[in-house]
Amino acid sequence: MCGIVGLFLKDKSLEPELGMMLSDMLVTMTDRGPDSAGIAIYGNDEKSSGKITIQSDNPDENFKNLDKEISTITGTPVSLKIKSTHAVLDVETSSIPAVRKALKEVRPSVRIMSAGDTIEIYKEVGLPKDVAARFDVSKMSGTHGIGHTRMATESAVTTMGAHPFSTGNDQCLVHNGSLSNHNSLRRKLRREGVHIETENDTEVGAAYLTYKMQQGSTLGEALESSLDDLDGFFTFLVGTKDGFGVVRDPIACKPAVMAETDQYVAFGSEYRALVNLPGIEEARVWEPEPATVYFWTH
Amino acid sequence: MQTFDLEAQGLRELNSTLHAQVKETNQTSWEVINPKGSHAIAVGLDAPIEVNIKGSTGYYCGGMNKQATINVLGSAGPGTAENMMSGKVVIDGDASQYAGATGHGGLLVIKGNASSRCGISMKGINIVVHGNIGHMSAFMAQSGNLVVCGDAGDALGDSCYEARLFVRGSVKSLGADCEEKEMRPEHLEILKELLAEADSDAKPEEFKRYGSARNLYNFDVDNAAAY
Repeated sequence: MCGIVGLFLKDKSLEPELGMMLSDMLVTMTDRGPDSAGIAIYGNDEKSSGKITIQSDNPDENFKNLDKEISTITGTPVSLKIKSTHAVLDVETSSIPAVRKALKEVRPSVRIMSAGDTIEIYKEVGLPKDVAARFDVSKMSGTHGIGHTRMATESAVTTMGAHPFSTGNDQCLVHNGSLSNHNSLRRKLRREGVHIETENDTEVGAAYLTYKMQQGSTLGEALESSLDDLDGFFTFLVGTKDGFGVVRDPIACKPAVMAETDQYVAFGSEYRALVNLPGIEEARVWEPEPATVYFWTH
Repeated sequence: MQTFDLEAQGLRELNSTLHAQVKETNQTSWEVINPKGSHAIAVGLDAPIEVNIKGSTGYYCGGMNKQATINVLGSAGPGTAENMMSGKVVIDGDASQYAGATGHGGLLVIKGNASSRCGISMKGINIVVHGNIGHMSAFMAQSGNLVVCGDAGDALGDSCYEARLFVRGSVKSLGADCEEKEMRPEHLEILKELLAEADSDAKPEEFKRYGSARNLYNFDVDNAAAY
């Protein structure tokens, strides 16, 4: 199974409530996948330049003085905001590669969840309500976000096996389904120099899309070509800095419902996830067609 | 009329209350409020009662229905009216995947569109869809009638047996061993009745009939090597 939710806001006045609406949607989907949960939020803080979300199983030790140490090595300003096992490093976007390198030197055990201008990813093993509470997701504001609750099939139940997966700046992917050609595709992508961290099928899907976009495809084109190159079952929800996209495999047995109003575009594995959204009674509600790419941008 | 608030009273309470209704019940009219996409609403009913669900439903609404009339005043999730035996289920909006799957009898009406695998393995149910249906509909359909006032998606009637498939619009592709068939007077008669019962003003003459070419399920000695 697995449950997916997504919310893309058109109405700026809803932005302070993004985290609250999205975590409520995700909690409703708990019985589709109780193993682990994660959420990606695209923030709307205009003062912030770039950010890297990191995770550690030993945050007290690993996050201590980390901002100062990285700042000294890179010679750029770095600030650190800790949230439970995760922390967000606020940095200049241009210094993200240098900060990643420095992080690997001073704290090799710290994992990078996401990097980019606005994206933050929080994911852990546990129920959606616990994960959302742990990271205070309901207080987060932003322009759009996606969430996932997992029932694991293709790899172990770990923090790194939880969704969303981010394989490029401000990009992330959540997935309901299972890919059957992920091992061969992982080998091909690694040969092309793509960094893939886990044995998880979805990460290969994410890395594939990132690779295609690095080769010059738009997100829409990358999603189109995934229909030819990925084998298996998938309903994908993909986030970028500007928006989100949806694609389902041609068999389309993994469920999906979408709703659109003047205020938002919402995605849910089931209609249940959408019922508390404002104006849902008047929204246009539909099931995305198989093998069809949908995309919304700001 | 009895009103049941699903959010306040819960699903088990709803279904066991509806199951307790017998043939001679005086409480023949029920209204369910706050369905909010819940699963398995009004499943396994077996009494001549009418249930109006005010909103959209999730998985398996009206499954295994006998005798009852169930109206969904919204859209329905996957597996609606799955394995229906008799009675009537009417969806005002759209229905998700495998609506009416394996149904043995009764009538399922979908006033919007139905998604993929509508009427998969149907065994005697009648299904009337006012809009379009998705791919792999009527896969292995054994008997009953599937009437589509709009268009049909890919692989209609793949590996079907003796179900009758009527489509007014286009068919994107026919599945294995499914072919267009002659429309005879008795088929027009069946269509006329079903369309009237389903509140559709489509004309029987506008439809084409499809069904099994009967090459796949009859043993043919020339194909012995394939078994």
